[in-house]
Amino acid sequence: MNIRAIAAVLAATVALPLGAAHATDLEVTHWWTSGGEAAAVAELAKAFNATGNKWVDGAIAGSGGTARPIMISRITGGDPMAATQFNHGRQAEELVQAGLMRDFTDLAKKEGWDKIVRPAGLLKSCTFEGKIYCVPLNIHSWQWLWLSNDAFKKAGVAVPKNWDEYVAAAPALEKAGIVPLAVGGQAWQSTGLFSVLTVAIGGKEIYQKVYGDKDAKVAAGPEMAKVFKAADDARKMSKGTNVQDWNQATNMVITGKAGGQIMGDWAQGEFQLAGKKAGVDYTCLPGLGVNEVISTAGDAFYFPVLKDAAKTKAQEALASTLLDAKTQVAFNLKKGSLPVRGDVDLAAANDCMKKGLEILAKGNVVTSTDQLITQDTQKQLEDLMSQFFANTSITAEEAQKRFVAIFSKAG
Amino acid sequence: MAAHTQPGRPNQLFRNLNSKIASIPMMLTAVVIFLGGTIWTVVYSFTNSKLLPRLSFVGLDQYERLWDTPRWIVSIQNLATYGCFSLIFSLTIGFLLAALMDQKIRFENTFRTIFLYPFALSFIVTGLVWQWILNPEFGVQSVIRSLGWTSFTFDPLYNSDIVIYGILIAALWQGTGLVMCLMLAGLRGIDEDIWKAARVDGIPMWKTYLFIIIPMMRPVFVTTLVIIASGIVRIYDLVVAQTSGGPGIASDVPAKYVYDYMFFAQNLGQGFAASTMMLLAVAIIIVPWAYLEFGGRKRG
Repeated sequence: MNIRAIAAVLAATVALPLGAAHATDLEVTHWWTSGGEAAAVAELAKAFNATGNKWVDGAIAGSGGTARPIMISRITGGDPMAATQFNHGRQAEELVQAGLMRDFTDLAKKEGWDKIVRPAGLLKSCTFEGKIYCVPLNIHSWQWLWLSNDAFKKAGVAVPKNWDEYVAAAPALEKAGIVPLAVGGQAWQSTGLFSVLTVAIGGKEIYQKVYGDKDAKVAAGPEMAKVFKAADDARKMSKGTNVQDWNQATNMVITGKAGGQIMGDWAQGEFQLAGKKAGVDYTCLPGLGVNEVISTAGDAFYFPVLKDAAKTKAQEALASTLLDAKTQVAFNLKKGSLPVRGDVDLAAANDCMKKGLEILAKGNVVTSTDQLITQDTQKQLEDLMSQFFANTSITAEEAQKRFVAIFSKAG
Repeated sequence: MAAHTQPGRPNQLFRNLNSKIASIPMMLTAVVIFLGGTIWTVVYSFTNSKLLPRLSFVGLDQYERLWDTPRWIVSIQNLATYGCFSLIFSLTIGFLLAALMDQKIRFENTFRTIFLYPFALSFIVTGLVWQWILNPEFGVQSVIRSLGWTSFTFDPLYNSDIVIYGILIAALWQGTGLVMCLMLAGLRGIDEDIWKAARVDGIPMWKTYLFIIIPMMRPVFVTTLVIIASGIVRIYDLVVAQTSGGPGIASDVPAKYVYDYMFFAQNLGQGFAASTMMLLAVAIIIVPWAYLEFGGRKRG
């Protein structure tokens, strides 16, 4: 018997199931529905289709708050999709604990994810009991202040370089009929703004102690009191915004109706779409110009456990595609986010993105709130912050007391 | 002897077998879905279930947290305000409209259709319509300002103190038509002779309504009250469409709290505790009263 013949037969048996695995349809759910986001998703679909499989798009409109309950009820209800988006962190924690998500440790070892993904915290938040359950895709950071250069020109003051100058410039803006700070009415926006203030005014350590260690003493301390004082300023400056969605608030900055907005780097897509140029039409200040630190929030893909062998195989192909250097560049340029790989070239990035990359390279990062606190705590904070921003009869001291109460019970 | 009578008297269980079999699905639905679901919810409200239900009991922790939460208190207060005013206004306005409609006016059918029409719209549509009407930049405020009264301010949906009344307006607009129709049916059920007798006695019309007709319409009022009350407790979609609970949490209602904590906050235990409180409120207020009202009459 010829060894070659045996090898050929063996190869054929291996190749056959592989051949069947190709051309598998995988349904992928996500909540990327705005123009720029859809373009970014199209890049992922293109890259995945190139592997011989088929990306079946399952976009759910209405932001993560609407999409996540739908995704979760599909997974827990026994009708899982092949892959789904969540934010980095604890949103899928219980699904993983319940054994509903697929373990990718072997693939991660084979492809050396621990070497390419940076910052390492991203992979850590995918890890549960030493096993890897998700694929980080991009990095979004909250810590940005977007300023309209036109608005400040109209008010006759210089474009501020940090938070204090900005607060000082607020009366001049108000006099010119401009809302100093645009804050949309949705609860997550004021809550995010507060976490940005904590990092910028309180500093990295305070943020880590409060949000990370849930240290009630620090939360009640004088540093956090300063943060609440700043939030009180922000509340006064945001009076008269009267819009709900974040992109409507961003639009106020773009059109010069508002002086600025504290919003994550996804706001950048709106400026780009409106044809505005960084540094000329608008200014971006990471960490509010005080503490140049960014958080590593963002999106990750999770893969529910499936029974179908062909689909299970295709899930692996999708996982490798998402972390592929080429996909990372194509996707993140369109999305306006930063890649999770440190070894890719982003020459086409704009000024604000480059600022972000620099900070990331220096390692000035904090873990995002999504990774540190549960959805339950997040919701309680949202209730507190949205009430605080809408109702001026609540003093900063009262709000801090309630803030402490939330963290003293948080898990 | 006994052996002789038995075939003649079939087992009680098998009497009317057809109708018993026919009602099995409904009985199962009532017992398994309603009662079973309710018990399940109450049991799990004593656990610390997060995203997935699990049976690890924590006693009254969820309830303690619930009553410590400012948002829950706000939503209860809102429900109370909304409930009282909605009950009073929809009954009064509905009855007044019905009484006016009962004066043998022309085009009664047309008016009835117009008044009842809003009821054909869902709460979501009603909410969106009134969100626009009450929006200071497009709605009533801007219309009146453009007529020349530039200092006119009317923005209930953007003012924490009065936002619940903005929702009340929309709810009344939607609901009074139905109340009017029920009342009208009640008025039509009153014997003409009573009116004639009252007229012969020289009783003024308003007195006839207040002291003769209304007491006679008691069953209609009870039915209407039950319909309105159940609508009050479950109010949710109107708030979501009009304000989504805002500004801040100023227009929050219990049903929205339940939904948010069950699905957004991934804290089933907390949501179940809140919904159990809602059930308790309904039970305390409605059940004894309905029992007196309906159960009492059957006996008497």
